[in-house]
Amino acid sequence: MSKTQATLQPLQGTSQPMTEQMTGAQALVRALEHVGVDTVFGIPGGAILPAYDPLFDSEKVRHVLVRHEQGAGHAAEGYAQATGRVGVCMATSGPGATNLVTPIADAYMDSVPIVAITGQVPSESIGTDAFQEADISGITMPITKHNFLVTDPADIPRTIAEAFHIASTGRPGPVLVDISKDALQKTMTFTWPQPMQLPGYRPVTRPHSKQIREAARLIASSKKPVLYVGGGVHRAGAARELRALAELTGIPVITTLMARGTFPDSHPLHLGMPGMHGTVAAVGSLQRADLIIALGARFDDRVTGKLSSFAPEAKIVHADIDPAEISKNRHADVPIVGDCREVLADLLVAVQAEIAARGLPPDGGMAGDYAEWWRTLNSWRDTYPLGYEDFADGSLAPQYVLRRLGAIAGPDTLYVAGVGQHQMWASQFIGYENPGTFINSGGLGTMGFAVPAAMGAKMGAPDKTVWAIDGDGCFQMTNQELATCALEGVPIKVAVINNGNLGMVRQWQTLFYEKRYSNTDLQSARRIPDFVKLSEAYGCVGLRCERPEDVDATIRKAMEINDVPVVVEFIVHKDAMVWPMVAAGTSNDDIKLARDMAPDWETGD
Amino acid sequence: MSRHTLSVLVENKPGVLARVASLFSRRGFNIDSLAVGPTEHGDISRMTIVVNVEDLPLEQVTKQLNKLINVIKIVELDPAASVQRELMLVKVRADVETRSQVLELVQLFRARCVDVAQDAVTIEVTGTVDKLEAFIRVLEPFGIKELVQSGMVAIGRGARSITDRSLRALDRSA
Repeated sequence: MSKTQATLQPLQGTSQPMTEQMTGAQALVRALEHVGVDTVFGIPGGAILPAYDPLFDSEKVRHVLVRHEQGAGHAAEGYAQATGRVGVCMATSGPGATNLVTPIADAYMDSVPIVAITGQVPSESIGTDAFQEADISGITMPITKHNFLVTDPADIPRTIAEAFHIASTGRPGPVLVDISKDALQKTMTFTWPQPMQLPGYRPVTRPHSKQIREAARLIASSKKPVLYVGGGVHRAGAARELRALAELTGIPVITTLMARGTFPDSHPLHLGMPGMHGTVAAVGSLQRADLIIALGARFDDRVTGKLSSFAPEAKIVHADIDPAEISKNRHADVPIVGDCREVLADLLVAVQAEIAARGLPPDGGMAGDYAEWWRTLNSWRDTYPLGYEDFADGSLAPQYVLRRLGAIAGPDTLYVAGVGQHQMWASQFIGYENPGTFINSGGLGTMGFAVPAAMGAKMGAPDKTVWAIDGDGCFQMTNQELATCALEGVPIKVAVINNGNLGMVRQWQTLFYEKRYSNTDLQSARRIPDFVKLSEAYGCVGLRCERPEDVDATIRKAMEINDVPVVVEFIVHKDAMVWPMVAAGTSNDDIKLARDMAPDWETGD
Repeated sequence: MSRHTLSVLVENKPGVLARVASLFSRRGFNIDSLAVGPTEHGDISRMTIVVNVEDLPLEQVTKQLNKLINVIKIVELDPAASVQRELMLVKVRADVETRSQVLELVQLFRARCVDVAQDAVTIEVTGTVDKLEAFIRVLEPFGIKELVQSGMVAIGRGARSITDRSLRALDRSA
């Protein structure tokens, strides 16, 4: 029996395989160079030390010394999302590796391609509770797409090739490669390219034509369809195909938190974001639809609300590259396994065929008759636009800050948010026109994501303006990476939306815990810490804005500084809340516009 | 709930059993029985997993299993079209007076006596879950001192092999 191999192409082919004697550590760095890595975020330590020696000499790989391994992981995520390539982070064994657990879990939930490389204690010490030993491959088993423990230096190049292939293909995700110290130190024969041995890994990207035809038929015969667009459409690079299908058919589009920007916010077919803090029109479109075309989305609980009352009249076409997502939460009438770009391209052709079959003009569009549907949607959209109230005392509304930031920084900027109220306001009020311009932690909801992810995004896309949008709670979790930004010359901009509280938690306490504000007051209003001084201490420019009339000038000032990182603290009113809201565990039908205020679904009908 | 028998071909690599077992527990599925061992192909191990779930969760667990990189192929074996067996070793109290009765039961169940002591015999028996349960019931009056049971192993009837086709796929890609 011949050796089993997958039919996978090496990532970078050379005609002549090269062979050379070197250490495992040198092989690691060489393999990283071969798969095209240019940036690694990490911190050295005992077990990974051998790898840092050849890394010191690499002319192709730049190592960015972060201040906490969690920062390395989120930076790799930000880099990956800004570039579409695999982000890389590196840490030592034990605590170095366990500090990567949060970003790895984050990348797993949001399908971000990263490779985490960790040192492990020498193989003969594995299992002895050695100094700085942690079973990181065991720990990360449920939160990685795959992981490896390498104890033989000869396995290093192939494992790296496999790790990058797995992370970046199919449904992208994090892969961890744990390498024992002795494997890094021992000598081996390096060859490249490396044949991959992944007999069980065959992601399906080509959709089934029968299912595509069935989906097109449903689209043409539906009266109230909606395109429910998730992060998978952006991951597949299918924004153009999406727009073509939407414009051909005239079907309304809603974009999830992970898909903001995949379809322009300004487009007349766009109803906004669905879900817990979605627009009334987007949430209502799902609830009243007779057909939901879900593309690279996973019917997350934040989108569906109470599942049993979600979209009761809708048939479901569900396209995803991960078969396990289809019919996981909601039964799919037409399941389509495939890459969203190929699905959309095929669907476009199939819908055109339906249009032709119905004798409609080929470029006139409109596969079905959705006029009645649009009348309802437009009445919701016109009656219940996103909005907010200014405060009578003249203090700053956070929504205003984000609206102005979006207007001034513009649609070409990359916005990177943390998690909480500021994230929702960033999603609602910035205004996204381009795919991938809103990077945030969706599935895991990781506070502290913004600053390091913005750093990674800026390093991946140095020509872009990168604004981190953070809360005062989030900012205090990972702001030490400002030091990294200042020293490495990564001039990100950070808007700290400071309401002095863990705002989203406080909002829930206001609504569901009788205003009993248990442990949500961070007392940041007392300027402990003083964010401006803190930023200056980190070698950044610190600015503060407390009044609506200063917002524009402050943002413009920050926009003018491009040589060092800038942190702008916006002191906002602590009582601002995120609306609309579907309370956790309730039905989408019970969406509230504000406290005790529900939309009238029959408006304008 | 209904019992389903899954044959799972996996790469013979360290940690694969842990990956499969932990996937079941974290997705909230109970394993009734699990057996794992080598196959005719040195690089491939075979797991036989019996789960007690409805059809929809079964589809979900199968899809999740398929996502594991080390899992090569999953086949659900229909009990009517497959042979399903468990092995049991049971130590039963049997003195001079009762030994012949016990041995008679061993004969009836086509079991084997694998060890004899002064006041006990150890019996080896293979069969379906039902047969083993019936055997335990008839032995109980004599006094069961110790009992150990394997997980179920199963193979489809007829000439077709589930390893064949996936191995051909492996060879093609080699």
